[in-house]
Amino acid sequence: MPYPAYMEESIRKVEATRERRLKEELPRIPVGERMPVLKEFHPDFIEAGMRELLVGPNRGDRTPNELADLLEGNSRIDPDKIELSQIDYDVDVLVIGAGGAGASAALIAQENGANVLIVTKLRLGDANTVGAQGGTQAADRPDDSPVLHYLDTVGGARFTNDPKLVEVLVKDAPDAIRWLESLGVNWDKNPDGSMFEVGLAGECVPRCHCCKDYTGLEAMRVVRDEVRCRNINYVEFAPAIELIMDDKGQVAGAVLVNLETNELSLVRAKAVVMATGGIGRLHTQGFPTTNHYGATADGLVLAYRVGCPLVDIDTMQYHPTCAAYPLAILGLLVTEKVRGLGGQLVNINGEQFANPLEPRDVLAASIIRECRQGKGITTPTGEVGVWLDSPRIDVIHGEGTVVRNFPAMVRQFDRFDIDMTKEPMLVYPGLHYQNGGIKFSPNGATPVLGLFAAGECEGGVHGKNRLGGNSTLDLWVFGRRAGRTAAQYAKEVKLGKLTLDHVRQWQRELKEAGLAEVRPISPKLLPDYARQPYDYLADYVTQRLQPGQIKLA
Amino acid sequence: MAQETKVAEKVRMLDIYIMGKRYQVPEGLTIMTALEYCGYRLIRGCGCRAAFCGACGTVYNFKNDPTLRYALACQKLVEQDMYLTQIPFFPASKPDYDLEKMESTGEQILKIYPELVTCFGCNNCTKSCPQDLEVMEFMSAAIRGDIKEVAIKSFDCLMCGLCAARCPQGLVPYNIALLSRRLYGRYMAPRSKQIGERIAEIKAGKFDAEIEELQKMGIEQLKRRFDGRKIIND
Repeated sequence: MPYPAYMEESIRKVEATRERRLKEELPRIPVGERMPVLKEFHPDFIEAGMRELLVGPNRGDRTPNELADLLEGNSRIDPDKIELSQIDYDVDVLVIGAGGAGASAALIAQENGANVLIVTKLRLGDANTVGAQGGTQAADRPDDSPVLHYLDTVGGARFTNDPKLVEVLVKDAPDAIRWLESLGVNWDKNPDGSMFEVGLAGECVPRCHCCKDYTGLEAMRVVRDEVRCRNINYVEFAPAIELIMDDKGQVAGAVLVNLETNELSLVRAKAVVMATGGIGRLHTQGFPTTNHYGATADGLVLAYRVGCPLVDIDTMQYHPTCAAYPLAILGLLVTEKVRGLGGQLVNINGEQFANPLEPRDVLAASIIRECRQGKGITTPTGEVGVWLDSPRIDVIHGEGTVVRNFPAMVRQFDRFDIDMTKEPMLVYPGLHYQNGGIKFSPNGATPVLGLFAAGECEGGVHGKNRLGGNSTLDLWVFGRRAGRTAAQYAKEVKLGKLTLDHVRQWQRELKEAGLAEVRPISPKLLPDYARQPYDYLADYVTQRLQPGQIKLA
Repeated sequence: MAQETKVAEKVRMLDIYIMGKRYQVPEGLTIMTALEYCGYRLIRGCGCRAAFCGACGTVYNFKNDPTLRYALACQKLVEQDMYLTQIPFFPASKPDYDLEKMESTGEQILKIYPELVTCFGCNNCTKSCPQDLEVMEFMSAAIRGDIKEVAIKSFDCLMCGLCAARCPQGLVPYNIALLSRRLYGRYMAPRSKQIGERIAEIKAGKFDAEIEELQKMGIEQLKRRFDGRKIIND
């Protein structure tokens, strides 16, 4: 599906300005002057896309409508039909979610003496982690320092992060890189063994460690293998649909559902690590997403129902550069590393309109502005985007640089007959990351006893705008911390009598607020993309359900 | 808008066969979105939807062409008369090992995967790889004990499992390659000196005072400090 002729015409203009643009560097907007473009064009500031929560610990806070629906949702279970004395798994630490954060939490919890169970909605390692292309930040170059990493991270977020969480993030970073290396991760290196590091947006020194453009996949497949080698028990296709508490107000386990048979099972756990990842498949404000099929904010819903507050849920990260053409890969992530190595953003006339290494919120807003002002390129199916001039990379760094650094992306575009080494890619912002999430502290503990959190489902680390390369770092830093803390906590805690009273209480609150009838069931578990005629079997199936069972969707 | 209408009129419907049953879908869908268009709600066989996770390895051929072809369902566009199925899971051996107790010698791979020697070079693995990797070549390298070669040639593997599904000897090339890459990364790749030095500096508290200073700084001062930082590009 090569570009149609009229798009090729615009590409000729991109080519015509390339030589001039080799030396052209647009200034970065000072941190105090970012708000005008954000307020006018960033999706976070569109009033109609958000609303105030009416129940729960964040009552009164604003969040995207799609998330609000689920946070105010009805439980999938009827507590009266669940027999809490019949436990299927009895463990020290339950880890919910099996991406980078969950897997690393499980490894470290086990090292600290805990009997660990991982449960996951899809397969072990099916997570946004594997889609992370660009890399992982860590300040290890002699001309870099954790102080600069700290400054970049808080500045990128307009100083909205939790300073203590950022401090831990940047100070643990080099050790996270070495931990992965010792497990056998193949980091890109220079011939002398030093790390090959790329400068991503908002960084003042190149500090992104990568494994070509398969960074997250490489780390995940290694960590996943280690989980298997150490015989950590894991259950796949078994999402948690509600947390279990005890009569002392401590989190004490979870209710699981077998996605294929609808059978429920119960886990009693002394500590629970929430590591369920992100939110992209909610498609806030109708955006396409870079996210994994399972990214439906389940962990936020579960934590919210046991009274755990969430932070910064009024912001989502829209990655500036996602594929806008061809339609079959709409929303596919085009890694920031393309810009880190010299790819510029240009409009229909081949002109730059923003520094390509602006923080993601600013750059996404700038691209939306350019397109609204009629300087984008419209595809045959009505999508709009701007050019990401990838061929410029080989002009700067020499032929072969693109192929060497972006095997995944070259392959992805080549499947549709687009050669990104020769022609630019058409890009537009897509829903990429949940900046905020479950409130937690540097050791991984949440305000609710027995509940710990790690990875994309927690919040505070990235404030209201995350920098590239800090999400995979977050996984390894806080995954390991949560695993360690949860294992230690599990050694000391005494569980009381198990209860689902919090679910009863939640349903009462919903009813009193007049929401029980109008809100959906949550957690959502999976998006529903099936084009389905009326399901004649649905009623029949519902009637045949065993007590306590639920039908998906 | 006129352009959109023109395109809409042009949309062609294709006949495809999902596990033998005929459906009609518009041209331009991937195998995955075609399944969804036909009413399937996927649980297995669907993951990142972006060619990274390997959940959607798929096999297909055509009504009048029995030759089997291989793809990722999230990437491959449907074509007229395609016969489709999903291979959401395929059994594969995965021995346990302790990387810390291993050596990076060539015999190491054979010790863990002794069945490797039964490979007779049929090349089905290579033909089945949706990433177009030279699977048989890295399997030969594994037999020779050339860990580095396996690590390099297998690097873009998504572990979708199609190679194992098609191996007549029941070998699991993707797991063998994973072990090789881990051995290479752990023992053979040059080590970074700087990482170790930086970890020691952090442990010694070298940066604590400066970070604390930033944490105590007023926002205007912090803004000036941020905007004034020197940008190093390479």
